Amino acid sequence: MSARRIFARPARLAAIAPYLWLLLFFLVPFGFVLKISLSQTAIAQPPYTPLFDLGGGWTEIRSAFAALSLDNFKLLVSDDLYVLSYVRSLYVAVASTFMLLLIGYPIAYGMARLPRRWQAVAMVLVIVPFWTSFLIRIYAWINILQHDGLLNQILLALRLVPSPVVWLSTDSAMYLGIVYSYLPFMILPLYATLARMEPAIEEAAADLGAAPWQVFWLVTFPLSLPGVAAGALLCFIPIIGEFVIPDLLAGSNALMIGQTLWLEFFTNKDWPVASATAIVLLIVLLVPLLLYERLQRRQLEEAR
Amino acid sequence: MGLAGKMAEESSRIDAGAGPGPRQAAPADGDVPLLRIDKVAKKFGTFRAVDGVSLDIAAGEFFALLGPSGCGKTTLLRMLAGFETPDEGRILLGGRDIAQVLPHERPINMMFQNYALFPHLSVRDNIAFGLKRAGMARGEIAARVAEMVALVKLDGLEKRKPDQLSGGQKQRVALARSLARRPQVLLLDEPLAALDKKLRESTQGELMELQRRLGMTFIVVTHDQEEAMTMASRIGVMDSGRLEQVATPHELYEAPNSRWIAGFVGDVNLFDGEITSRDNHRLTIATRDAGTLVVAEPRNPVTKPNVSVAIRPEKVKLSLRGPATDAINGSSINRLDGVVAEVCYLGGSTNYKLKLDSGSHLRSSIANTARIDIDAYGVNQHVVAWFAPDDCLVLEQ
Repeated sequence: MSARRIFARPARLAAIAPYLWLLLFFLVPFGFVLKISLSQTAIAQPPYTPLFDLGGGWTEIRSAFAALSLDNFKLLVSDDLYVLSYVRSLYVAVASTFMLLLIGYPIAYGMARLPRRWQAVAMVLVIVPFWTSFLIRIYAWINILQHDGLLNQILLALRLVPSPVVWLSTDSAMYLGIVYSYLPFMILPLYATLARMEPAIEEAAADLGAAPWQVFWLVTFPLSLPGVAAGALLCFIPIIGEFVIPDLLAGSNALMIGQTLWLEFFTNKDWPVASATAIVLLIVLLVPLLLYERLQRRQLEEAR
Repeated sequence: MGLAGKMAEESSRIDAGAGPGPRQAAPADGDVPLLRIDKVAKKFGTFRAVDGVSLDIAAGEFFALLGPSGCGKTTLLRMLAGFETPDEGRILLGGRDIAQVLPHERPINMMFQNYALFPHLSVRDNIAFGLKRAGMARGEIAARVAEMVALVKLDGLEKRKPDQLSGGQKQRVALARSLARRPQVLLLDEPLAALDKKLRESTQGELMELQRRLGMTFIVVTHDQEEAMTMASRIGVMDSGRLEQVATPHELYEAPNSRWIAGFVGDVNLFDGEITSRDNHRLTIATRDAGTLVVAEPRNPVTKPNVSVAIRPEKVKLSLRGPATDAINGSSINRLDGVVAEVCYLGGSTNYKLKLDSGSHLRSSIANTARIDIDAYGVNQHVVAWFAPDDCLVLEQ
């Protein structure tokens, strides 16, 4: 198909617009990062050896390709620090997503069963935290969780604890921060799926002899799985790369991959290793995305 | 006798004591009806959706709840299924009050209006759903599902998901699923509303055939009076939460007990007037728009002087000069002069709208019994309309 035919109609132009966007703002920057990850560190500005110089002509490019090195990626495998960060990130993301599902599902289910009028109110209540900056809300949590913070003051006043408890800089504080921040992203897709469900389908299950818990497990939950998948993915992926919450709320004994990335970029000024870290992270994230994509395609095919 | 026959035998064994009855009009006095709805009321806020309904339904009946949308028929059905709890009254099934029993514990099943099939389950698993909940053995479930599939002619579609079925096939799955547990009462909420006209008519026949063979009690909710008349042995007409009349289709059409029902079930001409004299089982009524009409005295004596005379269009005959004599079987006949205002040819019959001398209208429906009809009337033609006193109804205003 020639370019003229592709651009023949505005509709076609609209169809290729997202691809242009991805090319410009994803693929090209990705190329840069990939290039940096394959080069060597240097004390320079920017802090890596230029891989090739287009001005040098074809021979220059060929010799540059010959000098490509996977050393940065080898380092990622050989040094515990990186492997542990990846493992911890995955672990935190899985655990948080599970907690989010456990807390978010009942809330979304309750919202979907409210009278129409109240559903809109509940929706606004879920979204309202977004009106305040994310960072400010995390700092508010620091305030609440710190040594003489609100939480400890209340616990002491109620005589539930003899002395202030250490909340801040623990994994609990980090999980609290993550679950708090990502809850809307779990609730909204779940709510959308549950609210769309025809009430008669659950009634039919009850009519056919299913007790309330059976109605839930045999009908409601299986039918809400697309919402579960969407919500879990929407939380899981950004949590893996999460930097701010673990940096501000968790202790410093174990790092998530986002923190390691930051360290390499800004403290160690090792851009090539940082780039290699980012690329491996991307590959790790592609796995669940591809799985989701396949699941969705299968559902679409079944629907047809 | 196929599978359905065997099923009927078996279900009659299961429902011993309340076995399938004949297509009877009403439960005999003294008999305990299968289902007794006793002064049931349901309010939504201040709105009385169902307002003191009492009704007995016998085992083996095909009962229809008929009414316009919002009349409370669906609410009443949902109370029978257990999705709504009555605010007042009792619902007795075989003598036991089930008004507070949860839906999944009732021996009643329902076929939902839009079928409400489980989209994630195959046809087979949809039908087996209720059987599994009943704790039936695997082999038994497989046998029953096969029986149901054959009964509603779904062979070969067992592995399909609901999305892969046509409207008519979905309807059959819904029917099979609700029949599978052999409920004492099957509720059908607008079962044919989503089908096109031809399919609806053939499915009506199949539902009747199925109900007769299984000897099961069917309660169908519909807003379509023709559907109710065709299928049901008895019809309960509801309006504004009240049960207005319970009667056989024939009674309902020929002896409606109110102006509203006469107009809701079928077409009717109504003339308001006052009784001027009564003798020899004949009432003479002076109407405002159709002069003096002579009608047969109804069995239930009319107490108020202000009445309406109702006459169905197909009982109004037309001719150019009127009947040869003014009396048939010794009683005078009603005749009205008018001009044809509208002609509506429907194939099997032709509907005429006459403008009477008084200015009001009279509708007449004439069956087209011959292919070449020399008696067809044209617009603006002067005709005489006539009808017998026995064909008229007297309704209180």
